Amino acid sequence: MPEVRVNGQEYAVEAEVGTSLAHVLREQLGLTGTKVACNEGHCGACTVQLDGVPILSCLTLVHTVEGREVTTIEGLRDHPLVDAFVRADALQCGFCTPGQIVSAAALVEANPDPSREEIRHGMAGNICRCGTYPKIEEAISSWQG
Amino acid sequence: MARLIKTEKEVEGRYTDTWIVVEEDTLDQWPEGPRDSVGRPATRIDGLQRARGEARYTADIQLPGMLHAAVLRGPYAHARVKRLDLEAAREAPGVRGVLGPIQEEVGYPGQAVAAVAADTLAQAEAALALVEVQWEELEPLLDPDEAVARDALVSDARTSERGDVERGFAEADVIVEAEYRTQSVLHNSMETHQAICEWEARDRLTVYISTQFVWGIREQVAEHYELPPDQVRVVCRFMGGGFGSKNSPDDYTYIAADLARETGRPVKCALTRRDENLAAGHRNATIQRLRAGARSDGTITALEGDFVNATGWGGWVSSTGGPMELLYGCESVRITERGAKLNSSPMKAFRAPGFVEGTFGLECLIDELAAKLGLDPLEFRRRNHSEHDAVDGRPFSSKNLLECYTRAQPHWERREQVRASSDGPWKRGVGLASQIWYGGGGPPSYAWVRVGAHGRAVVVTAMQDIGTGSATAMAQIAAEELGLPVDHVDVSLGDTARGPYASISAGSSTIPSMGPAVRAAAADAARQIIEIAAQRFELEERVLSLHGGRIVSADGGSWPIEEITGLLEDGQILGKGSRGPNPTGMRVLTFGVQVAEVAVDVETGEVRVDRIAAIHDVGRVINPLGASSQVEGGIIQGLGHTLSEERLLDPRTGAVLTQTLDSYRMPTIADVPEIVTDLVDIPDAHLTNLGSKGLGEPPIVPTAAAIANAIRDATGADVRSLPITREEMLRALREARERRPERVGAPAA
Repeated sequence: MPEVRVNGQEYAVEAEVGTSLAHVLREQLGLTGTKVACNEGHCGACTVQLDGVPILSCLTLVHTVEGREVTTIEGLRDHPLVDAFVRADALQCGFCTPGQIVSAAALVEANPDPSREEIRHGMAGNICRCGTYPKIEEAISSWQG
Repeated sequence: MARLIKTEKEVEGRYTDTWIVVEEDTLDQWPEGPRDSVGRPATRIDGLQRARGEARYTADIQLPGMLHAAVLRGPYAHARVKRLDLEAAREAPGVRGVLGPIQEEVGYPGQAVAAVAADTLAQAEAALALVEVQWEELEPLLDPDEAVARDALVSDARTSERGDVERGFAEADVIVEAEYRTQSVLHNSMETHQAICEWEARDRLTVYISTQFVWGIREQVAEHYELPPDQVRVVCRFMGGGFGSKNSPDDYTYIAADLARETGRPVKCALTRRDENLAAGHRNATIQRLRAGARSDGTITALEGDFVNATGWGGWVSSTGGPMELLYGCESVRITERGAKLNSSPMKAFRAPGFVEGTFGLECLIDELAAKLGLDPLEFRRRNHSEHDAVDGRPFSSKNLLECYTRAQPHWERREQVRASSDGPWKRGVGLASQIWYGGGGPPSYAWVRVGAHGRAVVVTAMQDIGTGSATAMAQIAAEELGLPVDHVDVSLGDTARGPYASISAGSSTIPSMGPAVRAAAADAARQIIEIAAQRFELEERVLSLHGGRIVSADGGSWPIEEITGLLEDGQILGKGSRGPNPTGMRVLTFGVQVAEVAVDVETGEVRVDRIAAIHDVGRVINPLGASSQVEGGIIQGLGHTLSEERLLDPRTGAVLTQTLDSYRMPTIADVPEIVTDLVDIPDAHLTNLGSKGLGEPPIVPTAAAIANAIRDATGADVRSLPITREEMLRALREARERRPERVGAPAA
């Protein structure tokens, strides 16, 4: 029974070996802000942070994150990027948006004033089918207000 | 007064004549230009909910006791189920119900054969592996031309002809003839197709579904189970993208409902991403054999097109010939459209179905013709502008395409400068393409507006916001009419049990259909507030108006709106509104033009799009911020369609080779060019109390042709097949070099 730490809370989860972190977050902990869109590591919708580093929770086995800090969108709800995304209209259907914001939060944590190229490089793993990319770029460029 | 009229209803370019009861639309349009709320940029009213991960999509809903279904999908393009043994699956751990055979003959890879419902999805998937199927493989039909030759069509061919096409070609000084091909592309909405079905009584069903049309789901599901429609409730509060693919219930809904009935528990059935790429619809591939003739003065004398859609095992024949019929004022036009019935998945509407494909062929052909005539492509288009509907002579309700062309001129004039920036193997050029599409919406569509004692309003209507921002636009419209700030208006949508009938969110119809109904409902509520205020303040109604959250008198007095609504206590003011009729005898269409700048590496065939300017005429713009997002999103999808996306089939077996998001290549943030949006924003004086048309689809229509024409400008090569892969680009360059060795593709000295 792995113990996982998510957004500062400890959880003892019952999960068979081979269960993904995304599955536990969504189905057991009720943290449905993390979305699963491909479930095979190609789209970035399930991005969470592991000790501050963005990872794909659909490909991460829950047993491998014991003793580490998982941060999901629920732990980043008051991050200034959330307002920046809404202000810039950087979301349409919104299904990829939590993953975008989690990725962007790690990006600006490491580099508070990223260039256009750095944003495009850092965010290229998060697909948005609605095509909000120009607005995402704007949101991240202006996240500090 | 309710009025019974016969009206022409259009969805995605398909027309039907229906009797319809409409309320007369008595409101005058607002004057042109931004107002307090309408016409000003507004952030999404549900933006925070979505961004913070609070919004509950169908994918996020967990009902007590809910089971998970897994679906066995056939591996063959064409096969018969000889024997299906579900017994081992039925006995597997956690399994509560099994279903099958769903059909005896499968006509495309991924068609559902059997399904299992279990306590967990993992158990359901494990049980599926125990299902035994004996298949009899059948010969698949995969080639559209062969299907046409064998008369294997999904419906009768459609031929349409006006004028005298033979004479038109005889009068032409120049004729061009070419074959264009477009590929099959996949919607790949981020939320896959899915539904949860729960029988709340043996004759009452609730369906939670990711859909573009809650009412359409209600009608179809009720019919399928022979239930009175009011006993089917359909809910879609948030949905993760559709782009045309989520208008109907489809196999997963019926699988969930059947298994829910069998097990007595709610059942969720969600397509996996791979299922999504197999069996959730696609924009069908096309083959377009086109011919155009023009006089040397630049008048197009004849257009002819033979269009074959690779429709698939089912679906309908989207009008690939539509742009050829509608875009130019050419007197003589003949088109034939056929839909090939093939052993590939059924097509589904995909953002301006038919017109995206047809505009690529037509607008490339027009540029090839302009080149032969030695005419400027923009000027050539101006000379063939149609003043009225070229098909039946009807006037347009409004048309500002010439204004779009005028606004395109500065972008077009960058041509010399862009060409001059060519550098070594990188050749640069500019191209443009024109856009025509529907987007007028229509009745029936209804809305209610509720104002309570606190002076805030709720728009209640069972429409859906599929991510376009339509809910925000409704809040702006109601706020404008009620003189309230937008954040004092909420919108309750997405539930057939909690609001009146609302239109489908397809065919760019949500704002033009729903917006006028919402405005009428808000005006009804505003009228009642003023009636009450007049009595309370002993003033005449005509001197009172609502503005800035206040009741304002012509003599300068004003009171907070709560001073009147506060009298209601638990009472509510209920306004009711409906969408009035479309203008009689007029054609309602949207127009636009896009100008693309590209760079082509003539050594490697790499194509980069640097900039796209998009100028569109969709009537009054409600929310310029949301509108610019729609334009960008359409262009970015168009970019994928033009350069990288393609559903690949094994030519021998019909197997889908691109089932994952690494093999099916959609644009990422790193692929996006500079996009400049310019909306004409002149209300359509004849269309509803708003003068607004839809914008969901127009921006994707001309993108591919504008890029291909820019490539021609840069390199002299004619790309005639999508996607423009490096292979296609190098092929076109080679062909051009053989034709005109002196001009094309030579790296700068």
